[in-house]
Amino acid sequence: MSAVNPSGWRPKQGAAAPGQPSETASGDRGLSLEEPLIFELAAPGDFGAKCGVDFDEPDTDPSPSLARFLRKAPPALPGLTEPETVRHYTRLSRQNYAIDLGPFPLGSCTMKHNPRLNEKMARLPGFADIHPLQPHATVRGAYEAMAQLADWLTRLTGMATVALTPKAGAHGELCGLLCIRAAQVAKGDARSVVLVPESAHGTNPATAAFAGYRVENIPATADGRVDLAALKARLGPDVAGVMITNPNTCGLFEREMKAISDAVHAAGGYVYCDGANFNAIVGKVRPGDLGIDAMHINLHKTFSTPHGGGGPGSGPVVLSAALAPFAPLPFVTRQADGSVRLIEEADAPADHPQTFGRMCAFHGQMGMYTRALTYILSHGADGLRQVAEDAVLNANYVLRSLDDVLDAPFAASGPCMHEALFSDAGLAEGFTTLDIAKGLIDEGFHPMTVYFPLVVHGAMLVEPTETESKAGLDRFIASMRSLAARAKTGDELLKSAPHFAPRRRLDETQAARRPVLAWRGDVAASD
Amino acid sequence: MSRFYTKDHEWIDVDGDTGTVGITDYAQSQLGDITFVELPAAGQAVSKGDGVSVVDSVKAASDVYTPVSGKVAEVNGALESEPELVNADAENKGWLFKVTLADSGELGGLMDRAAYDAYVAEL
Repeated sequence: MSAVNPSGWRPKQGAAAPGQPSETASGDRGLSLEEPLIFELAAPGDFGAKCGVDFDEPDTDPSPSLARFLRKAPPALPGLTEPETVRHYTRLSRQNYAIDLGPFPLGSCTMKHNPRLNEKMARLPGFADIHPLQPHATVRGAYEAMAQLADWLTRLTGMATVALTPKAGAHGELCGLLCIRAAQVAKGDARSVVLVPESAHGTNPATAAFAGYRVENIPATADGRVDLAALKARLGPDVAGVMITNPNTCGLFEREMKAISDAVHAAGGYVYCDGANFNAIVGKVRPGDLGIDAMHINLHKTFSTPHGGGGPGSGPVVLSAALAPFAPLPFVTRQADGSVRLIEEADAPADHPQTFGRMCAFHGQMGMYTRALTYILSHGADGLRQVAEDAVLNANYVLRSLDDVLDAPFAASGPCMHEALFSDAGLAEGFTTLDIAKGLIDEGFHPMTVYFPLVVHGAMLVEPTETESKAGLDRFIASMRSLAARAKTGDELLKSAPHFAPRRRLDETQAARRPVLAWRGDVAASD
Repeated sequence: MSRFYTKDHEWIDVDGDTGTVGITDYAQSQLGDITFVELPAAGQAVSKGDGVSVVDSVKAASDVYTPVSGKVAEVNGALESEPELVNADAENKGWLFKVTLADSGELGGLMDRAAYDAYVAEL
């Protein structure tokens, strides 16, 4: 290795088994391979000197045509061969954890299995090999798929229409708020405040602030739900609307949702619902029946499209009849004869005149539409209902299997929805939620969501999803019970977990205070 | 000079018409290691209860609310490079900002040390 990161910092590796030599000659252990940065793999003298591809030197002078754009120094590439490069990234990928390796119990994230059938359908050439600028007549099948997805989403939610284009949950929230603003401006009643309860997702206040609204908090009741009296007391002519997550981030259904909606409507506001937790109620509850005016649906949660690093998100927004006229372009409609039409700018003045505008250059995440539609069609209405039932059953199984060893602050108020919430109350002095999360890594599980929601001290939010089997849940529960016992009896080894992972506990404080974000080699800077 | 506390775990030292504001030692202990402090701008007009500063820790980002209305007179620039001062000395060197008070009557609703200690003991 010719060039070493000048920060010189390396996280510690895990300990070898007792009685075993702690180091090998190679630095690798078993088939758990150490992997430096790709720049550190360069052989002495190769760095920046080779591009890694065997092209002949050009026999013409490129400088006259490239002029001032010609590089003055070679690019800072490590000069690796193809097999070296492939191995580098494959080794890194083996250090990753993924939904295809094991459970991902991140609360509020709905990390569910991505069915392979979705992938097969999305790769059909009629969906995969089309371009958004193709003539409409050549992509009618894709339009039909978009319209079918739109039909399903509006029927499942009991809403008037859907804006398909938003690219993720928070983008959908922005779309919903822009619809609300457009509706109020159209009535000559522009408003300035959005109310957000404490139990809402963190993106909600961020979106409202981004949309130019002032955000005000509404407190939670002792049983983890919106304080209806406090909400009613704050409503007034300056309140544009409320953003409510239902089920909320405590994993609880907002039972007063209809009363909340009625109160907000009576005060001239609109109700935005964060649909991130729709998985718990899909097929069981139609948000439209609860008086909701706008709700995004994370296709990458409820409808099983890849999530996290695995693929782009997609956050269509269903809209009530009151907000439908303001939906963004392009707008998918079905004609009287059953054919599908996309309304764009040219037709909007005649056919969708009150639209607030456009959020995306093209039609949204087509690849996610086809995956989500495949999921919906392969489950059917009855299958989707069972998804919600099984997700809630799994979460309650986790809740009731752990509430004797971990504090479950809202367990007494009844069943939870799709996620089980625990606090750090009762752990030994000095032991924290973080210790249990790191211990889970040693146990071979991705940690749950920690320190969120903020309304619970040392929160641990576990969302098992419906595709985890009882045997799989039992393994997770056994690990959690063991970790809870260790944290309550003060097992010091837990405070330095993980011990068996490729890296020991990272120094998150230093990483945040003095981050090393880029490799800085001792090489000539490229121009 | 007298010191007052809020239910949101800020403290304010009042000297004449200047109030020095920070978060309490209890607050920093709950937040964990603090990684970044976003300070208001000197000269900024603030109203009692406004979120004027943000304290980021490894666990969460938390608003700091000004206990009094007035104008920001000075901010603790040392926190830009050493946010850990808030962990090490929250109620002294870890102060966040100073406010020129608009209405010292606003101090009436705040707690003294004994009342704050009793409030924290209840949490």
